[in-house]
Amino acid sequence: MTAEHWEHFHHQADIGVRGFGPTKEAAFAQTALALTGVITDPEEVKPQEMVPVVCEAPDDELLLADWLNALVYEMAHRKMLFHRFEVKMTGHRLQATMWGETVDVARHQPAVEIKGATYTELRVRPTEDGGWVAQCVVDV
Amino acid sequence: MSAGGVGFDISCGVRTLLTGLTRKDVESVKKALADSLYRQIPAGVGSTGRVHLERPDMDAMLRGGAQWAVSQGFGFAEDLNRIEEHGCMNGAEPERVSEQAKRRQKDEMGTLGSGNHYLEVQEVTRVYDGRIAGIYGLRHGDVVVTIHCGSRGLGHQIGADFLKEMVVAAPKYHLELPERELASAPINSPTGQKYLGAMRAGINCALANRQILTHLTRKVFAHHFPTAKLALLYDVSHNTCKVEEHLLDNKRRPLYVHRKGATRAFGPGHPELCAELRAAGQPVLIGGSMGTCSYILAGTTESEGEAFSSAVHGAGRAMSRHEATRRWQGRQVMDELAGRGILIRSPSARGVAEEAPGAYKDVSAVVEAADHAHLARMVAKLEPLICVKG
Repeated sequence: MTAEHWEHFHHQADIGVRGFGPTKEAAFAQTALALTGVITDPEEVKPQEMVPVVCEAPDDELLLADWLNALVYEMAHRKMLFHRFEVKMTGHRLQATMWGETVDVARHQPAVEIKGATYTELRVRPTEDGGWVAQCVVDV
Repeated sequence: MSAGGVGFDISCGVRTLLTGLTRKDVESVKKALADSLYRQIPAGVGSTGRVHLERPDMDAMLRGGAQWAVSQGFGFAEDLNRIEEHGCMNGAEPERVSEQAKRRQKDEMGTLGSGNHYLEVQEVTRVYDGRIAGIYGLRHGDVVVTIHCGSRGLGHQIGADFLKEMVVAAPKYHLELPERELASAPINSPTGQKYLGAMRAGINCALANRQILTHLTRKVFAHHFPTAKLALLYDVSHNTCKVEEHLLDNKRRPLYVHRKGATRAFGPGHPELCAELRAAGQPVLIGGSMGTCSYILAGTTESEGEAFSSAVHGAGRAMSRHEATRRWQGRQVMDELAGRGILIRSPSARGVAEEAPGAYKDVSAVVEAADHAHLARMVAKLEPLICVKG
């Protein structure tokens, strides 16, 4: 079974985020963690405040982009970073809870602001061992 | 009309200010100047500006761009002559911009952003075309200030909103997208028109943002150099879609020219240029990255036929951010550049490592290629003295 983990992949000027998990929800949550990892070390982010997110899209891939863009929006609007994500999906509707804290520049050393999740290399696929992988390129 | 063809950072662009100072003038106060700029120019993740906009001021800014900023006391009326569209993109429709986009921008006016965005104090170290440099007001040894940034959170959100809207609407317009990132809609469709109104508001946001940053920069310089004026040489964007007349199939036609990572480069005599610049062609401002040089070029007549009056906008990355942090540490990059007389000020050491000069392609080779292809003519080379990074 696919273990929960995340990674980055190279894409020209930007950067790709990829999450793996035994379920689609887990893969989506790991992709969000990968996105935080573009900005800072996720382990440095304390789960002090909870923010709920809801999004809906016509298919899995647009839903992934919507989910990541909702995270980008909450980070930008609230000046926060997030570390823990719980994702629930019903069809193509996603409800999530994110835990994080206000940006602390000295401690987080945020490398770069994310402008948005793009549709480049946007994929949500089952893995060979029955799990899921979700990925896209983010614009920085 | 393609939201993907404009990109997330609508109207990201560059402006260069002439200081009338020389390197010698700046050297004596360089460290204090770098520290003041770093204190006064909000930069980096989570930073907020000193201008906080709620409606109806937000909508007025989105309609008026740099003209709005000047009316609020940021800069001077004469700056507007040196900005594309005279500082205000017509046809902006703030009501087409989502509440999320406006909320994201509320505290971000007059902020630099992060990544490859910067404010640099630079020295003119080489002049290639003395005639045009003279018209532009550039002399060897002069000090200029260059600002590279865009429409901040508002533009990013417009990009995300319309990318989705266009992909979802594509089947309705019988558009088969080979790649979803190429999200498009017919120009005269409701989606296309809505995007056009929002994107133009995004352009105004970027123009207003750079105008406010200019005002902050002038205040810092006024403290250290009370007589320095900091006249605007030019402000040009490299992520836009604009209606322009070009020659196509031997006919002059209005075209929707998408430029993503491409600088508009109008040649000599173009009516859009102000009288002082018209004989020389439009300044084409090409940015580098911290330790690397930047260039000022001039639009050519040939670029019209070759590329609808467009040229490059920069070098692009040679390696991933991850690879850059594997190779360099931020502190080490800052120390090495300080040894070369370049002062870096940034809230993030990791950000500096990711933007290390070696992580980018050779901007000189890129600019020479543009010159050889007659897309733009090399005028002057700039080397950094101070760089404020987000």
